[in-house]
Amino acid sequence: MNNNKTLNEIKSNRNEEKIVECDVALNANIDDKYKRKSVPNIPNISENSLLRHYTNLSRKNYALSTTMYPLGSCTMKHNPLVNEKIAKFDGFSSVHPYQDEETMQGSLEVMYELQKGLSEISGMDYFTFQPAAGAHGEYTGLLIIAKYFKSRNEKRTKIIVPDSAHGTNPASAALAGFEIISVKSDEHGIVSPENLKQVLNSDVAAMMMTVPNTLGVFEKNIKEITKLMHDNGSLMYYDGANLNAVMGILRPADIGFDVMHINLHKTFSTPHGGGGPGSGPVGVKAFLKEFLPSPFVVKEEGTFKFHFNDKEKSIGQMKAFYGNFPVILKACAYIKALGADGLTEASKQAVVNANYILSKLKDKVKIPAGNCCMHEFAMSLKGALGDGIRTLDVAKRLLDNGYYAPTIYFPLIVEEAMMIEPTETESKQTLDEFVETLINIFEESKTNPEAVHNAPVNTSVKRLNEVEAARHPILHW
Amino acid sequence: MNYIPISSKDKKEMFESIGVKDTEELLSLQIPEVLRAKKLNLPGSMSEQQLLSLFKGYAQKNKSDLVCFRGAGVYDHFVPSIVDEIVGRSEFWTAYTPYQAEASQGTLQAIFEYQSIICQLTGLDCSNASMYDGATAVAEAVILAIRTTRKNKVIVSKALNPEYISVMETYIKNLNTEIIKVDIDDKTGSISKDTLNNIIDENVAAVVIQNPNFFGNIEDMQALSEITKSKKALFISVVNLVSLGLLATPAEYGADIAVGEGQVFGNQMYMGGSTFGFMAVTKALEWKMPGRIVGQTVDKDGKRGFVLTLQSREQHIRREKATSNICTNAALNSFAACVYAAYLGAAGIKELAEANISKARYAFDEIKNIKGFTPLFKDGVFFNEFVFKTDKDIKKINEELLKENILGPLSLSQICSLNGGYDNCLMFSVTEKRTKQEIDKLAEILSRV
Repeated sequence: MNNNKTLNEIKSNRNEEKIVECDVALNANIDDKYKRKSVPNIPNISENSLLRHYTNLSRKNYALSTTMYPLGSCTMKHNPLVNEKIAKFDGFSSVHPYQDEETMQGSLEVMYELQKGLSEISGMDYFTFQPAAGAHGEYTGLLIIAKYFKSRNEKRTKIIVPDSAHGTNPASAALAGFEIISVKSDEHGIVSPENLKQVLNSDVAAMMMTVPNTLGVFEKNIKEITKLMHDNGSLMYYDGANLNAVMGILRPADIGFDVMHINLHKTFSTPHGGGGPGSGPVGVKAFLKEFLPSPFVVKEEGTFKFHFNDKEKSIGQMKAFYGNFPVILKACAYIKALGADGLTEASKQAVVNANYILSKLKDKVKIPAGNCCMHEFAMSLKGALGDGIRTLDVAKRLLDNGYYAPTIYFPLIVEEAMMIEPTETESKQTLDEFVETLINIFEESKTNPEAVHNAPVNTSVKRLNEVEAARHPILHW
Repeated sequence: MNYIPISSKDKKEMFESIGVKDTEELLSLQIPEVLRAKKLNLPGSMSEQQLLSLFKGYAQKNKSDLVCFRGAGVYDHFVPSIVDEIVGRSEFWTAYTPYQAEASQGTLQAIFEYQSIICQLTGLDCSNASMYDGATAVAEAVILAIRTTRKNKVIVSKALNPEYISVMETYIKNLNTEIIKVDIDDKTGSISKDTLNNIIDENVAAVVIQNPNFFGNIEDMQALSEITKSKKALFISVVNLVSLGLLATPAEYGADIAVGEGQVFGNQMYMGGSTFGFMAVTKALEWKMPGRIVGQTVDKDGKRGFVLTLQSREQHIRREKATSNICTNAALNSFAACVYAAYLGAAGIKELAEANISKARYAFDEIKNIKGFTPLFKDGVFFNEFVFKTDKDIKKINEELLKENILGPLSLSQICSLNGGYDNCLMFSVTEKRTKQEIDKLAEILSRV
């Protein structure tokens, strides 16, 4: 059987039976000018054919449920199955957003409980759940910062972003109307107060930082940095992409951050879904509460209610309704399941697992972080591979060995970068085997470079031509 | 439960390899003591069974599984079993954004098929992989139009979903753009050509019209699009995928961009999230599009495959110069829509649209015959939603309906962003999922309250 068809290549095979039942008289005539002229090219196929089509497609994916997925900065930890089961409860899935508050107390309580949990973990006082992803959270946080300065009649137009930052940081700052100043990392891969001082002036609204940063290094000057920024009247934004390193270990609010987003689909175990839905709640300190989008959930006399901020003060609405509820629900379940000790243990083990891999690789490759890291680390494969073999080749060869590849060519400040984040949910055996495979590939790149360069050969397709795809785009059937 | 598969024996070996005696030592090498947090003040852990029982309890505090006559942007459509089965396959839901194409052909081909279905339904040339929701899709479409035309006025219909207007206003606040809102005609509940003609000028970047509009009425998109084009503005149509089984496609009336909320295809309501937004554009705007796009290509042996493409628009390459900051979107929700549309096929999507309009018309006719209910727009042509004005007590109506497990119509005065003018107005939504019996029951209760 040919399992490589696209949907439109499956011939229509249904009989004349209707697929949508209608128990009132058909009454669908409308004026011709409103009517569709063309018939969409979507085949009419049986459930049986469709099930085979997509089941076969699913087998062409590497996923967390099939292999280790050590993508740096993405926190691909196990997605607990019980959370999926909970999210399917009719009691949650069939609620309409415009129901009265009294009829959705359960959902509101879940949101309230998650706010409480995230507040304790981050130290932030209030949260909004509207942002649907990390970048959406960044945008929200930056609009809050802009509104704060506007309310104080201060004209501050710039955001400082370290050169190791995620691409979404500068993109979000630009969307929020700011100019971006990049600050260079020092030789240890962190922001130095000296470098910061050189770009700091009264135009600076805030600085966005990822702690630990994308090299997996803890920003040890953070206290001095936050003091410099606050003395300058500027705010500190915490990019929560790497929060999995620090739950129960340190709290962003305590170390001087004023605004942050959290990626529930990273730290709090909700699945990534092949690219969403995510959720990027934004937390703020109390002095920024009035700028949050509306509504958020409050508890009054034992009843949960939506609280609406003053329209003039709030930044406005970021998304229709209240946020990605199933994601919120799963994250809440995760926090409840792990509890205080489990959450702390999760972060600690994530750090141990990353350091364990680092300890096995540090003699083979250059690691900017040095001898230890937080929950992930970036390494440079420059000089570690055979002639003409690049990091991309190693990534593809890992696919041949059944692993998803780590993040590559990021952070931009590391040449031939490969960034590994194992997370706490991998066993020692898996970590050992992964390291062994990686070292074998380094060797193979010298002894049999052709094999590495030709990789992958064990996947459903061989190396794909991305240049051609962009040059002559074919974006639909 | 903590999902950590590491024994103390494993840990010991790991610490030896790292060269520290325990985790504390490892952390103290990196984090100054003064920065460390106190122990988290949260309850202890729970077993799977305890967790299920806790969340069952929360779920039971909701009034759910109601017979739903409420819409206004989120609708109660039937979701066939195959959607849960396919979307529930862990090979899809536990994967990341498909950065490693060769190991992600399942997700990539699924997105390609989704894009194709959106192109087939809208008639446009290029669809992205998805946006967060309908509201943010509208906002991003408007930003695209402002940047492309370099003009600074936007005209939006007052019958555009108020949640969308509100999000769009947040998004474009920094772009120095004037938003002009067009009134609808009292009789038809839709935008008249003349009204648009009177306010549009050469400085308009885009005209945003929803069809069917927020109140359920069908707009004369062809006429509105022509007026828009005559002023060299972009025509952004905000459409309902279900209606496209019957109504003219955005391409047929010359729209430059089609966007909308995709929840109606294969996604449960979940209090309005998570859903997804779709966006499709003409070929001319392809490189301006925000978000992920999948393209077809070949591997080194010439075999067909799929990759993320046109990536030089995006934040991970262009950073502050990207077309948008969007990264994670709503892949699994758009995949649900893809499977849903594939299950129905072209024939089923037409049947779906016809069932919606037929049932809505049946319900409309039943309600029209009840004393105390008058259609708000006497000459309106609606799809699956309509508005009645009533002299009855709206609160009481909905209380009585709820007693019978019916989620009644939306009271429009509840939607504060409509800024008044809709007192005593009820908006009913009737999808294919409502049975004749349920509609008759609704009418019976309405007549006796």
